[in-house]
Amino acid sequence: MPTLSDLLQFLFAGLTNGAVYALIALGFCVVHNTMGIVNFTQVDLVSLGGMFLYSALFLLGLPMPLALLGAVAASALSGALVERLGIRPSRSDDHLVLIFLTIGLSVILRGVMKLAWGKNRMAVPPLTADEPIRLWGATLLPQILWILLLTGGAVLILAWVFRRTALGLCMRGVASNPAAAAIVGIDGGRIRMVSFAIAGGVGGLAGALVTPITTLSYDVGVLLGLKGFAAAILGGFGSFVGAIAGGLLLGLLESLAAAGLSSAYKEVIAFGILLLVLFVRPTGLLGKRKG
Amino acid sequence: MLRIEGIGKHFGGVPALSDVTFRCREGWTTALIGPNGAGKSTLINCISGILAPDTGQIHLQGLRLDGLPAHRRPFLGVGRTFQNLALFPRLTVLENVLCGLTPQGEPSMLRSLLRLPATRHRERLLRLKALEMLDAFGLTDKSQWPVSILSYGDRKRVELARALVSEPRLLLLDEPVAGLNAEETARIGTEIRRLHGAGLTILLVEHDMDLVMSVSDHIVVLDSGRAIASGTPGQIRSDPRVIEAYLGRMSATA
Repeated sequence: MPTLSDLLQFLFAGLTNGAVYALIALGFCVVHNTMGIVNFTQVDLVSLGGMFLYSALFLLGLPMPLALLGAVAASALSGALVERLGIRPSRSDDHLVLIFLTIGLSVILRGVMKLAWGKNRMAVPPLTADEPIRLWGATLLPQILWILLLTGGAVLILAWVFRRTALGLCMRGVASNPAAAAIVGIDGGRIRMVSFAIAGGVGGLAGALVTPITTLSYDVGVLLGLKGFAAAILGGFGSFVGAIAGGLLLGLLESLAAAGLSSAYKEVIAFGILLLVLFVRPTGLLGKRKG
Repeated sequence: MLRIEGIGKHFGGVPALSDVTFRCREGWTTALIGPNGAGKSTLINCISGILAPDTGQIHLQGLRLDGLPAHRRPFLGVGRTFQNLALFPRLTVLENVLCGLTPQGEPSMLRSLLRLPATRHRERLLRLKALEMLDAFGLTDKSQWPVSILSYGDRKRVELARALVSEPRLLLLDEPVAGLNAEETARIGTEIRRLHGAGLTILLVEHDMDLVMSVSDHIVVLDSGRAIASGTPGQIRSDPRVIEAYLGRMSATA
């Protein structure tokens, strides 16, 4: 029987992973809303976040706050470049073509990362000294608090951009009706590039925050990205609130599965529950029904 | 003002428009009429950039429109409404009208995010302008409603408000009173006459003959993708070709 402090430990672990999944799920949703596709390069934008942080720290010798900021900015720029150089030249609006294009670009991105940073696993230091904090018998790494704090901050900034700025209004316009957006003068191509930049930014932040806990390699984003994708589906693909709820729920499910049974089965259990939810509610927790 | 020169458009070998040529004079309300399938909506889609014509040219005040992407044309003063509406259903009434102001306040990403005082000032002005437009259309009470819950008549008014708030030089109206009741139709008619009085150039596609005859300065008749006649309402009413192609067919099907 796990004690209260054990449960607390698992709760924090679940929330931390959940926050990372939520960020990645948000990236999937932003692109899905403006283009109607699943962007598989999202998983590599997560890896890139960690890679850029590593290079900013050890190649450029930047202090941690600047390095983190730089990593997020560079990931956002990478996202924008993927759209501008990889997606837009296809001049296609066939969703299937575009989705396959993102799969291909994802493979290319992983190849580029393998060339640039090598195949070895690397270690990135946490944001601040890793002296654990004790809280009601549970042991917390400061990085966990940073993840929760910065994820919350990123979500608030995104909410502000979408709700309060003219750019956010244009993005919601394109998501709501692309044809109408063009007729009032909104440049859909630019908005799609911005949505890829945001996907890169949140993905990169997720990668930069989580790789100090895991390790860093050119394909670290693949499993994380898959979980983020699952979280987005769980929340009802496209809904931002759903993406956050889905991420946290998936993280908690995994963690509690590991606590109750065995950590070897945590993914099986988490994805099993995901399937069950979708059997009962195919549109996800907060998704809208079509029509 | 607007010059349509030799416009042709085919859909998979089927001609929808062939060699259509006419002009809309500045400050006039020009009506485009014709039976269903005559190519009226296709032509309006070519002018607003949703479709690209296969042949011919479209000039607005000497500037060539064809070839420009649709989203550039509002910047040159082209505004339009749709037969079946093209609103942002998930956005509120106010947000829909604010989107119509894109040509006035195109947000650059950086400027939008940095919130410089000048940007904020301009955004406040645009918001004020949108609210004034809502007031003029009697939509103030519903400004925070999502468009998806509005009545059809209200949606038509939101779409017109969104087109007008950008102060277009040329307004394209695609069947503005289709699906509206008599009272709402009369209201739109009054609105078109008011805009005409204010000097706006309007191209109107409409089946409602009473409305067309009462608001138009000039009428162009399309049949099977060709412009078969043009003239004043009086001339069109008595043109035998028009009666044969359009009115005759209508009474035959009635």
